[in-house]
Amino acid sequence: MSIDDVIPIADGSRFGGADSVGLAQTQFITFAEPPGEMVLECGQKLGPVTLAYETYGTLAPRRDNAVLVLHALSGDAHVAGYHSPGDRKPGWWDLFIGPGKAIDTTKYFVVCSNIIGGCKGSTGPSSVNAATGRPYGMAFPMVTISDMVRAQAVLADRLGIARWLSMTGGSMGGFQVLEWVVRYPERVASAMPIATTARLSAQGIAFDEVGRQAIMADPNWRGGDYYGREAPRAGLAIARMIGHITYLSDEQMHTKFGRRLQDRDRFGYDFKTEFEVESYLRYQGDSFVRRFDANSYLYITKSMDYFDLAAGRGSLVEVFQRVRAEFLVLSISSDWLFPTYQSKEIVRALKANGIPTTFLELQSPYGHDAFFLPNPQMSATIAGFLENVLRRVRASGGAEVPSS
Amino acid sequence: MILPRRKGPAKLRLDYELMESLIDDGAKVLDLGCGDGQLLADLIGYKGCEGRGIEIDEAAVLECVKRGVAVYHGDMLEGMECYRDGHFDVVILSQTLQQTMDPPRVIREMLRVGRRAIISFPNFGHWAVRFQLLWTGRMPRSYALPYHWYNTPNVHLCTVKDFEEFCEREKLRIVEEIFLTARYRPITGFLANWRAGLAIFQIQRAT
Repeated sequence: MSIDDVIPIADGSRFGGADSVGLAQTQFITFAEPPGEMVLECGQKLGPVTLAYETYGTLAPRRDNAVLVLHALSGDAHVAGYHSPGDRKPGWWDLFIGPGKAIDTTKYFVVCSNIIGGCKGSTGPSSVNAATGRPYGMAFPMVTISDMVRAQAVLADRLGIARWLSMTGGSMGGFQVLEWVVRYPERVASAMPIATTARLSAQGIAFDEVGRQAIMADPNWRGGDYYGREAPRAGLAIARMIGHITYLSDEQMHTKFGRRLQDRDRFGYDFKTEFEVESYLRYQGDSFVRRFDANSYLYITKSMDYFDLAAGRGSLVEVFQRVRAEFLVLSISSDWLFPTYQSKEIVRALKANGIPTTFLELQSPYGHDAFFLPNPQMSATIAGFLENVLRRVRASGGAEVPSS
Repeated sequence: MILPRRKGPAKLRLDYELMESLIDDGAKVLDLGCGDGQLLADLIGYKGCEGRGIEIDEAAVLECVKRGVAVYHGDMLEGMECYRDGHFDVVILSQTLQQTMDPPRVIREMLRVGRRAIISFPNFGHWAVRFQLLWTGRMPRSYALPYHWYNTPNVHLCTVKDFEEFCEREKLRIVEEIFLTARYRPITGFLANWRAGLAIFQIQRAT
C-alpha cells in the first residue's frame, strides 16, 4: 500500500537535493528459465521469473553494508529518488532513505526488491506466459510470501550479497523480513520489521476477502481474462477504498475529514458524493486503478492470507530457534490492522530465544500507514539501530558467510 | 565495603557504580526501567555483560537504541514474562520499586527470570523524612523524594526495616546491603534506617 495521497508529505527532498539519492533506475534479473523453473510452495512451477529491484549507495568492498527494503501490498522497487527529473513524487520511502536520512545511503548499500505476483516489473498474472504467448491471468500459479523471499534470495546471490547487514519492511514488507530471517538465518545480521505480524489475523483475512470479492464481482473481471479489454476498474477501486479505511484510524479520519461536506453547504438527499471522506476514498480508488493490476491484487492479498510464519514449523518460539539476527521491532499505537499486540507476539518469541530485540511502540494517530509519514522518532531509532549493527558486524569481522 | 574501582570514566551516579560493582564480568543482566540505558551500556562496554532493558518512556528507548542497548518498550511485568526461568544472572530495579503497582509480584518475577536481584530504593525511614512529617506536618520532600503528594509516582514507599521484613516474609536471602546518604555518600549499616537516603539490596531466593 502507499500513502502517497493520504496526507501531503512534507517532502524536503527535492530532486537533486542534498538528502536525495537523486536519479534512480529500476533494474531486473531473470532466472528459473525452463526447464529449471522455480517450484513454488503450492507445488506448481513458475519460470522464467523476472524480479525488479533498485539499488542506492555503494556496496562496501567487504560487502557488509547491504540493507534490503521490502515493500507492502501495492508498493514497488522504486523506494527512493526519482526516475526522471520531471517526476512529481520520489520513491515510496524517500523520507527514510538517502544521504543523512534514517537509512543513510552514504553508509549503506540499499536494495529494494519487488515481489513476484505483482505488476511492477516482476513476473505476475499480467505477465505474458511464455507457454501460451498470452498473459497468465488466473493461470498464474499461487505465490506465497516464502516464494517471494526465495526469489529475492536469487537476487541477493546475483548481487553478491551473502549476508544482509539489515532488512526492513512495513506491513507485508514485514512478512518478507520475518520469512527471510527464518528461512535464511545465516544471511541476515539484523532485521527491522515494522507494523507487521507473524500471521495475518482473521480480521486481516476478512478485509482482504471483501476486496477480492469486489474485484471478482465486477463483470469486467471475466474470470481474470480482461487483458486487452476494459479492466475491472470499479471492483479494484472498491477494494482499494476498503483497504484504505484499514490503513487509517478513527482519530485521523475525524481530524482530517470530520463530517464536512465536499463542495456543498447542505445535504443533497441523494447518492452523489457528499462527504469529504467519500470524495477522498473515491479519489484513492480511482487513482489506484491507474497504477495497479486487479489480478495482482487478488494474488498478493491471498499470499498475505496464507502467511503464518509458524505454520509447519512448530510454535513461534521454535520458529526463531536458529535465528541469529538482532531485531528492532516497531509498531504504531493507532494501528488497528496490525495492532501492537501482534508485534509483541513476535517480540516475546524472539526474547524467549534470547535474541537481542528492541521493541518500540511509536506513538502516532495516523494508523497503520503511519510508517510512510515523517516521524523523527522512527528515523532516529532506525538510524541508531543500524549504526550499532554495522559497528558490531565490523567488530566481529564483517560478512562471515562466503558468497554462495 | 571496599569498592573495586571501575573501568571507564568516572560516574556521576555512585549508586550506579555500586550496582556495577556487584555484577560479575560477562553476566547476563536485565535492567528494569533502564532509562537512557547508561548503566547497561557501561556493563556491556566495560564488563562484557549481555544487557537487556525494559523502559516505558519512548524518548528514553531511543537513547538506548543509540547506545546499542536492546530494550523493550513497555510495562516491566509484561516485558519479563516471556523470559525463561533463570535466563539472567542479575535483574536490576533501580529506584523504581516504589513506583510499581505490585512490588511483591515484580520481585517474584525478577527472581524467576534472574538468579539474583539488585534493588535500590529511597529509604522512607531517613531521619529527614521522619522529622519533616513530625515537625511540619506535611508530606516529606527531599533529594530522593522530590515530588508533591499530588503528583508523586511513588505509590509504594518503604523503609529499610520494611524491606528487610518483607525479604524475611517472602523467604528471600539478603546477599548484600549497601547504604548511601541522600546525596549518595556511602555509609555503614549502623542505624541505617535512620541514616540512609538510599538503600541497595542484593537478594536471592533462600532455597
